Amino acid sequence: MSTFDATGNAVRRPFSGRRTRPGDVLLQSVAGLAALGTVFLVGLIVYKVVEGSRLSLSTFGLGFLAHVGWDQPHNRFGAAGLLFGTALTSVGALILATPLALGVALFLTELAPRGIRGPVTALVETLAAIPSVVIGLWGILVVAPVLRAHVMPALHSTLGFIPLFGPPGPGPSIFTAIVVLTMMILPIISSISRELFVGVPAELKEAALALGTTRWEMVRGVVFPYSWGGVAAAMMLGVGRALGEAIAVAQVAGGVNNVIGANLFNGGDTLAGWIALDFSNSNPGLETSSFFYLALILLVFSLVVNLVARVIVRRVAPRQGLAR
Amino acid sequence: MELLAWLAAAVAVGFLVLVVWSVAKRGVSQLNLDLLTKAPVPFALPGVKQGLANAFAGSLVLVGVATLMALPVGILVAIYVTEFAPRPIRHGIGLVLDVLNGIPAIVIGIFVFGLFVVGHGQSGYAGSFALAVIMLPLVARATMEVLALVPTSLREASLGLGAPRWRTTLGIVLPQAVGGIVTGAVLAVARVAGETAPLLFTTSIVGNQVSWSPSHALFSVPLAIFELSESPDTADHARAWAAAFVLLMFILVTSLTARWLANRSRRKLRRAAG
Repeated sequence: MSTFDATGNAVRRPFSGRRTRPGDVLLQSVAGLAALGTVFLVGLIVYKVVEGSRLSLSTFGLGFLAHVGWDQPHNRFGAAGLLFGTALTSVGALILATPLALGVALFLTELAPRGIRGPVTALVETLAAIPSVVIGLWGILVVAPVLRAHVMPALHSTLGFIPLFGPPGPGPSIFTAIVVLTMMILPIISSISRELFVGVPAELKEAALALGTTRWEMVRGVVFPYSWGGVAAAMMLGVGRALGEAIAVAQVAGGVNNVIGANLFNGGDTLAGWIALDFSNSNPGLETSSFFYLALILLVFSLVVNLVARVIVRRVAPRQGLAR
Repeated sequence: MELLAWLAAAVAVGFLVLVVWSVAKRGVSQLNLDLLTKAPVPFALPGVKQGLANAFAGSLVLVGVATLMALPVGILVAIYVTEFAPRPIRHGIGLVLDVLNGIPAIVIGIFVFGLFVVGHGQSGYAGSFALAVIMLPLVARATMEVLALVPTSLREASLGLGAPRWRTTLGIVLPQAVGGIVTGAVLAVARVAGETAPLLFTTSIVGNQVSWSPSHALFSVPLAIFELSESPDTADHARAWAAAFVLLMFILVTSLTARWLANRSRRKLRRAAG
């Protein structure tokens, strides 16, 4: 074995043994194959969902997105009602969950006595571990009756002039879905926000306090401006979770897919919830394909939401020292 | 304003307490050994003893097989990313894992339906595969995190002594990270044990007998809760609460234990890294 190459220069690493070891090659290729398989898997998911929806795509085209109703006998399907329901529930949950989550994060970083920070953080994160089917069960049997008997009439009588708070209907409602989804996205937004708030440099906060601001003024002037980008990303991830949630929504929302109405107290459904409820009863052919189309819309939404959140994090991460 | 933050925290913790308390209050009273040992009886008269043994058996098999599928692949992906991959590939795979993690469970259910169920019918394997797709990014991410915590000096020492790369990885790095990998796997199991959406179209058409074979469709606890919660019969609700209580306790105990262990082992690794 020569330690000199053709030009007569010393080879850089005479001891390292650049000879290929079969074990190394084996481990690297098996592990590489697993990684490649993961990439392939994502491609396969996209391919299969597109393939399944091809018939519906070619029949309805983009008009599918604008048509309201799911007419089994006439083979006429549309997603507009579900898109509306998805937007309503996701935005509603976001509006309720974001201030709550920011409050929780502020509490955990600025206000809470040191001893209870750990336990409260753990409790809030445990909320994320509760399966959606259990939250849905609780939603349909415990929350919905309470909301219908007390909360909805109260909201209707005080805020009834807004179309959102119409007369309460008798059955399941969009409003219950919003409440249930709020619970599910709250821990996502609050745990990311907490990390962001922890990352705000102490010097900045102390400087503000030294200038004589109150704690709230310091939060408004320093903590919020410093972390808004990350909070936006956290909200995106929350929306991603809310619009993809199928089971809990299917349990509480009511499976109504032929009207677009602003009244939150009536039944409705979301893309994911509708798939969960009715896919099993679908006729093969155009109807099944239309369900794949719904799944395709959801898939596109989830990809967009996650990529946008990632771009935001990329932008702000170097400044805020975010983990990812 | 500070009062509002206190209030928000109280509401968040209140949510958890409320759910757990509601489930416990209604579930505990319905809890008995029949739930775990007796199969459901269709059109049962009041007083007939029935349970959800088929759902519990099915869940055990489904989650077990899914773990066997996802765990080795997830660990290998993590090994490739932290030990072998060049930087741009590392970022690319990180992105793919995030994307996979962000795909709604119901879409994964539809995907597996299109992949396996069309033409072959439902099976426990199809359901397990769907659960494994959800577990994979969780296991890989958790493993990547602990592998990154293993000090570089340890790898250098091993390589410097002449050990080949594969022995360094499998014999030195991986054993250091085993605690973290196990907790990651346990968290992933706790997560998929409660998943309903991926099983809805892949392994839901079942009889009432207890079955352990994943080559046929298997019932599962989340699916049982879902179906019973839609029923108008209050006796069905009672069984749903009992099953939900068992599921919730399993998930809370495993995930809290895993989190506690994870914090401990991370602290230990950090200390070793100095």
